[in-house]
Amino acid sequence: MSAPVIETRGLSKSFGAHKVLDGVHLGVARGESLVVIGGSGTGKSVLLRTILGLESADAGEVLLDGEAASPAVRARFMRDFGMLFQNAALFDSLPVWRNVAFRLLRVMPARQARARAVERLARVGLGPEVADRMPADLSGGMRKRVGLARAIAADPSVIFFDEPTTGLDPQRAAAINLLIRGIVTEAGATAITITHDMTSVRTIADRVALLDQGRVRWQGSVAQMDEAFDPMLRAFVRGEPLDWGPLAGQGRQG
Amino acid sequence: MTRAAPNPFRPDPVRATGRATLALLRGIGAVAIFAARGLAAPGFSPRLLAEQLLRIGWLSLPVVGLTALFTGAALALQINAGGERFQAGDVVPAIVAIGMVRELGPVLGGLMVAARVASSIAAEIGSMRVTEQIDALVTLSTDPMGWLVTPRLWAAILSVPVLVGVGDTIGIMGGWLIGTTTLGFTSQAYLANSWAYLETWDVVSGLLKGAAFGGIVALAGCWFGMNAGRGAAGVGRATTNAVVAASVGILAANFILTGLFFT
Ligand SMILES: Nc1ncnc2c1ncn2[C@@H]1O[C@H](COP(=O)(O)OP(=O)(O)OP(=O)(O)O)[C@@H](O)[C@H]1O
Ligand SMILES: [Mg+2]
Repeated sequence: MSAPVIETRGLSKSFGAHKVLDGVHLGVARGESLVVIGGSGTGKSVLLRTILGLESADAGEVLLDGEAASPAVRARFMRDFGMLFQNAALFDSLPVWRNVAFRLLRVMPARQARARAVERLARVGLGPEVADRMPADLSGGMRKRVGLARAIAADPSVIFFDEPTTGLDPQRAAAINLLIRGIVTEAGATAITITHDMTSVRTIADRVALLDQGRVRWQGSVAQMDEAFDPMLRAFVRGEPLDWGPLAGQGRQG
Repeated sequence: MTRAAPNPFRPDPVRATGRATLALLRGIGAVAIFAARGLAAPGFSPRLLAEQLLRIGWLSLPVVGLTALFTGAALALQINAGGERFQAGDVVPAIVAIGMVRELGPVLGGLMVAARVASSIAAEIGSMRVTEQIDALVTLSTDPMGWLVTPRLWAAILSVPVLVGVGDTIGIMGGWLIGTTTLGFTSQAYLANSWAYLETWDVVSGLLKGAAFGGIVALAGCWFGMNAGRGAAGVGRATTNAVVAASVGILAANFILTGLFFT
């Protein structure tokens, strides 16, 4: 078996006294789709950022294609990579199509890049009339989909999706789930997806990892997830309400 | 002989001064490395440079022109009032010209650009930092230094001397306006008098100052923008710091450059 595309060994990251990641061990094989789940604020976004070197790790290692992630290794990795940020992170000085075609514009003429951008926008359910609008004029769900189109525009072989369906209606969310699954199955991409949506998990995941208190608490296939005994995982999968104490529970009476 | 262990609670002025100096030097070193990387980062794009030349140079013309006009006019009134005390009213054109070109043109032009441009660069880059757009650039294999900092630095270094040159001219015209309308100069005499005492080095030194001040303005904006803290408050702080640093930096650099050029 070849080396995992991405591997973390004992990855740790604190902000001041707040320990967010506390020894994360994870690996993603080529062509595999890993979905990371976990409560809000458990460090899922920080995990992706630390893998990419956007945050510096306090301890532990990141291996990309089996090599320790030096700046040069990361730069090479990024050349064939796409990322959807949780808040889309569109360049608000550029129109939508230039956002989507950002990478393409360096390797092909503008006309061709634009045509490709419009085609990618169509794949996320946005019409050609959106291409010339500015990101600030779009709704939250539209921005997210433009971010998705930008992430997949150059057909990267590794893609990170940070909550791709948050803020979308159920039908669009379902279409996006299928799109991501298709990119992994048909194009053979490697993906890490963060989501809170169990429908997304079931559609997208080959393997699921549950992050809790800075560590991978559980990981396995979707089938294993449904049969797992881990009480936290079961509660998460079923969406059982958290108990925040006497005041917060009042709405549940009667 | 035994030496007492240092008491961590007793203030130690030597140690404190040393620490502050080291921190200052580290800061200067970091900014210098940032500036060097910013000037030479790969990924030069004529389109981005042109955009910044427009925003930093062209759009600053009205502010710099108006500043120079009023300054030249006020200077003419002042020199006239002061000069009359020893019957030297006719030095007005020469002093206005030399004062504008060597000192007031670059310094006031630089300060106006600092107010207009350092703030907008810091706010723009700072909000890109806090909305993860800078991180997005990295994931798209684009060096944020080359994409954001390089065009702004070069645009400011190239365009502020031009602004200063235009400002110098308008400032002299401000003096001419007062000289010919209220001080009794003929237009020809005023202009000839301005010209006669002006040396090439007066003009060139002022333009060189302009280039340095432009660099300081863009550097301050980019540095504080790139290092903006989190949230809207972080962007606000970055903007304020950029304008303050650029203004103080211009005045300090003006003192140093004047010393270098004219002693
Ligand atoms: N730059 C930072 N400085 C300080 N604290 C941070 C920073 N980035 C993240 N954190 C903290 O790290 C923790 C994890 O944040 P993260 O964004 O990874 O959560 P998440 O698991 O993605 O949550 P969500 O599902 O709500 O997006 C949070 O408590 C957050 O406040
Ligand atoms: Mg998150």
